[in-house]
Amino acid sequence: MRCEQSMNDYTFTLGGAELHARPSGALWWPSKGLLCVSDLHFGKAARIARRSGGMLPPYEGQDTLDRLEAELDATGARHVICLGDSFDDMQAAGSLPEDLGAWLLRLIAGRDWAWVEGNHDPGPIDLPGTHRAEIALGPLVFRHIAQPGAEGEVSGHYHPKARLGFRGGAVARPCFLIDGRRVVLPAFGTYTGGLCSTSPVLCALMDDDARAVMTGSAAHAIPMPRVLRRRA
Amino acid sequence: MTAAPAPLPSPIRNWLSTRGWVLHPHQRAMLDAAADPATLLIAPTGGGKTLSGFLPTLAELTAAPRAGLHTLYVSPLKALASDIRRNLQAPITEADLPIRVEDRTGDTGATARKRQRADPPHILLTTPESLALLLSYEDAPRIFAGLQRVVVDEIHALAESKRGDQLMLGLARLQSLCPGLRRVGLSATVEDPAAIARFLACHPDPCRILQADPGPAPDIALLEVPQRPPWAGGGGRYAIPAVLEAVRAHRTTLIFHNTRAQAELFFHDLWLQNDDALPIGIHHGSLSREQRSRVEAAMVAGDLRAIVCTGSLDLGIDWGDVDLVIQVGAPKNVKRLVQRIGRANHRYNAPSKARIVPANRFELVECHAALDAVRDGTLDGDPRGPGPRDVLCQHILVVACAGAFDADALFAEVTTAGPYAGLGRTAFDACLDFCATGGYALRAYDRYQRLQQRTDGRWQLRDPRAARQIRMNLGTIMDTDTLKVRLRGRGGAPLGEVEEAFAATLTPGDTFLIGGQIVRYEGLREMTVEVSRRGGDTPKIATFMGTKFATSTQLSDRILTMLAQPDWPDLPGHTRDWLALQRRVSHMPRRDRLLIESFPHDGRAHTCAYGFAGRNAMQTLGLLLTQRMEEIGIGPLGFVATDYAVLVWSVDPLTDPAPLFQGDDLRAGFETWLAGNAVMKRTFKASAIIAGLIDRQSPGQRKSGRQATFSSDILYDTLRKYDPDHLLLQITREEARRGLVDFGRIEEMLARTRGRVDHVVLDRVTPLAAPLFLEPGRVPVQGAGAEKLLAEAAARLIETAGLPA
Repeated sequence: MRCEQSMNDYTFTLGGAELHARPSGALWWPSKGLLCVSDLHFGKAARIARRSGGMLPPYEGQDTLDRLEAELDATGARHVICLGDSFDDMQAAGSLPEDLGAWLLRLIAGRDWAWVEGNHDPGPIDLPGTHRAEIALGPLVFRHIAQPGAEGEVSGHYHPKARLGFRGGAVARPCFLIDGRRVVLPAFGTYTGGLCSTSPVLCALMDDDARAVMTGSAAHAIPMPRVLRRRA
Repeated sequence: MTAAPAPLPSPIRNWLSTRGWVLHPHQRAMLDAAADPATLLIAPTGGGKTLSGFLPTLAELTAAPRAGLHTLYVSPLKALASDIRRNLQAPITEADLPIRVEDRTGDTGATARKRQRADPPHILLTTPESLALLLSYEDAPRIFAGLQRVVVDEIHALAESKRGDQLMLGLARLQSLCPGLRRVGLSATVEDPAAIARFLACHPDPCRILQADPGPAPDIALLEVPQRPPWAGGGGRYAIPAVLEAVRAHRTTLIFHNTRAQAELFFHDLWLQNDDALPIGIHHGSLSREQRSRVEAAMVAGDLRAIVCTGSLDLGIDWGDVDLVIQVGAPKNVKRLVQRIGRANHRYNAPSKARIVPANRFELVECHAALDAVRDGTLDGDPRGPGPRDVLCQHILVVACAGAFDADALFAEVTTAGPYAGLGRTAFDACLDFCATGGYALRAYDRYQRLQQRTDGRWQLRDPRAARQIRMNLGTIMDTDTLKVRLRGRGGAPLGEVEEAFAATLTPGDTFLIGGQIVRYEGLREMTVEVSRRGGDTPKIATFMGTKFATSTQLSDRILTMLAQPDWPDLPGHTRDWLALQRRVSHMPRRDRLLIESFPHDGRAHTCAYGFAGRNAMQTLGLLLTQRMEEIGIGPLGFVATDYAVLVWSVDPLTDPAPLFQGDDLRAGFETWLAGNAVMKRTFKASAIIAGLIDRQSPGQRKSGRQATFSSDILYDTLRKYDPDHLLLQITREEARRGLVDFGRIEEMLARTRGRVDHVVLDRVTPLAAPLFLEPGRVPVQGAGAEKLLAEAAARLIETAGLPA
């Protein structure tokens, strides 16, 4: 198995499986040769143009594929899971521009590729690969939206990001949220915002000892930033 | 063309004589020039400027009463519009003139707005943004039917900003709707009246310039303060006893500061020393409207002895009996100083009195230079370039909201506006294409174009519902992302606003100053900062964005001239000795050479470059220099910039600085640096909002839609990568040459020094460099350095939390 394990990954175990949080925001499971990315949101700019008339730079699909291809090359992944919201809506799934469609087919070819449904792309899509509501694999379950009480769960949906202050500045970046029971992936798509780790829904979802692994040029782990509860 | 002198109708004549008033010569001249297509009046504050603008209107409407809109008055401030309404109401009521005056601003209620559209008053007082909104309505031709005159107040202030560019485009539109429209501009004293006249004129028609008697020379000097000014910093707090003394000796004093944060700090300390409990208020743009109105009302009623304020009071609001203006901190340009001085003695023919308090030792030199400039009557005006294209894009969208348009006709109309008189057809077409299709190299939106060309060749909105969104994004004023501050508890009183970035650094229990009081941060609720009054006595200071003024080119030049003197008999002994010592141990900075000093301090190598290019440009120079120093491997760690110098600290010393100041290298570095720079991203965001690419964010959206919305930084990065010649990137680069990045002044510095670098290597800190060590606003070097700091911070947190790494 080809596996260029980057020094910059953050390695952790979940349900006994050794996983790598990559600085790119992808999750890498070396023993299975599996790469998981969430929330690609293909077709987002087109949907915005259709709905509101705003015409954002129409290059986000290209950029997302560029980065996805780089991850596939770097890891040599044989197995890929797209963890939902791969398409910004069902119409985007059906009308990917020709060049992007061909590019995606080239990436899919020769790989075991699975599409997990998300809230933006709940139905079957006309692309090769398996289409599932969720996927159980060994000790792990892959689904779009985390379920309270789940164990060994890999999910996306929330686009978590974390903020870290340091001497002379502060950065907010997309992040993984990891505790003993689950990992929530950051959004991989180029045109995606983020939900701050301090938001109540993420604080309620994650255990007290959760970490945030910030993406960027290296994956940095910090205790998950939360809102401090004020004592009365 | 000059009409015969218009006699004043008798009701107005009688009203003037019962008041015992005689018209000023320039008011008479304005009446005589009433028929001209465009007139610019330059008059000092207190010269009855506003009445001059309205006299022809009052005369025409009294002589020939009629229905419908006759005169549109546009001012940069909402407060000014309501102030003028009160002032105009007096003669109208007292002389019983058949004239209805109303104002229309962002504060006007929906019912009143609707009625104004159906039944416009004779005189409508408004702002550039409200005018743009009116022009975007389909019934604009009906609203403005019969409009005769437009009066632009404080045009010198508008001419410096995109608001003015937008207004001039609006006037071009109005001129098409009302071909006989006559324009009047009212301006404070400015360096280059012809430039303002070109700005106002309907090209190619001329614009006549009328100069009022400038009045007696102002009484202006440094405030005598027994204490020495400190070496650095901008607070001016050392002078508080002397300032209180001056307040006591006058009826009403305005105390101007350059930034809101400084005003807050000064006000706080002033109160601590205000043993006589003199009634003193504070007024600046970050305070809530309620708080500001309270201070304004108290001021008008004569209940206050002094107001600590910022530029929010710069413009001509009538403040009654001000008899002293104190300027704390160097006035970064002379024009602003003169306009502020004009606030004192709002009566014509009485000299205004102003005192200046330099905040630190170097500012003392700067203040002297500024005083010389005022005495010589030389104002500074950095000429603005041609009208920015993002504003033009917004204007095209506004026009499209009102109905289908012909591109040729719109181009002809736009080029009658002063700022766009030199606009080429290609540039116009690129803006139109941007509005229609996004203007991308990749034609992705042909099916979803925002504007479509009809079969008759005219352009219209593809989806008329888009008009609503365009209207919501109108205007060129950029609010930095701010959060409201409120006292915690039911119906907690609003106190003002702080920057979101500042709020993000707060943790519960932190204290900061707002509205002159220390408050304690309790938490963030529904995008509102909640605070309590239980403050300590050492506040963490709010870093209000404010406006970071840079010393103007002309003032910098005067300072360099002053430094070149053999001795400085006019300066106080402490400052004179300081400069003499600098000359002895190093060099004095010179206009035609670039002085670079290198010395070790505190175990680090330091390099100080005296560029005298103004704070913004020096900051940019610091970023470029540290980038180059990183390339040559001497490990830059950070820098700090002031108006006159930038100080960089690094692991290893810089041995050969000259190559770092080669124009071509700096320019190349500038292009690379544009890529990741936060200031550029902010500049891009502003232009993207103005041009209509992205929406302004309302607090509500931010609260609900965090996950769905994404940062404009991503758009900037994406465009740079895939479409580097896109219109918005062109605009962003253009903006970078002025404004916050101000690369234009680095170019000026390079042209002035032409590679003549004096490198002085010393074994310790030099006298001129010493104050830089005390300057706030140190910038750590970003890039590889930042990543390392981030890693360190992350490791520290993990360790503190007791987690295994």
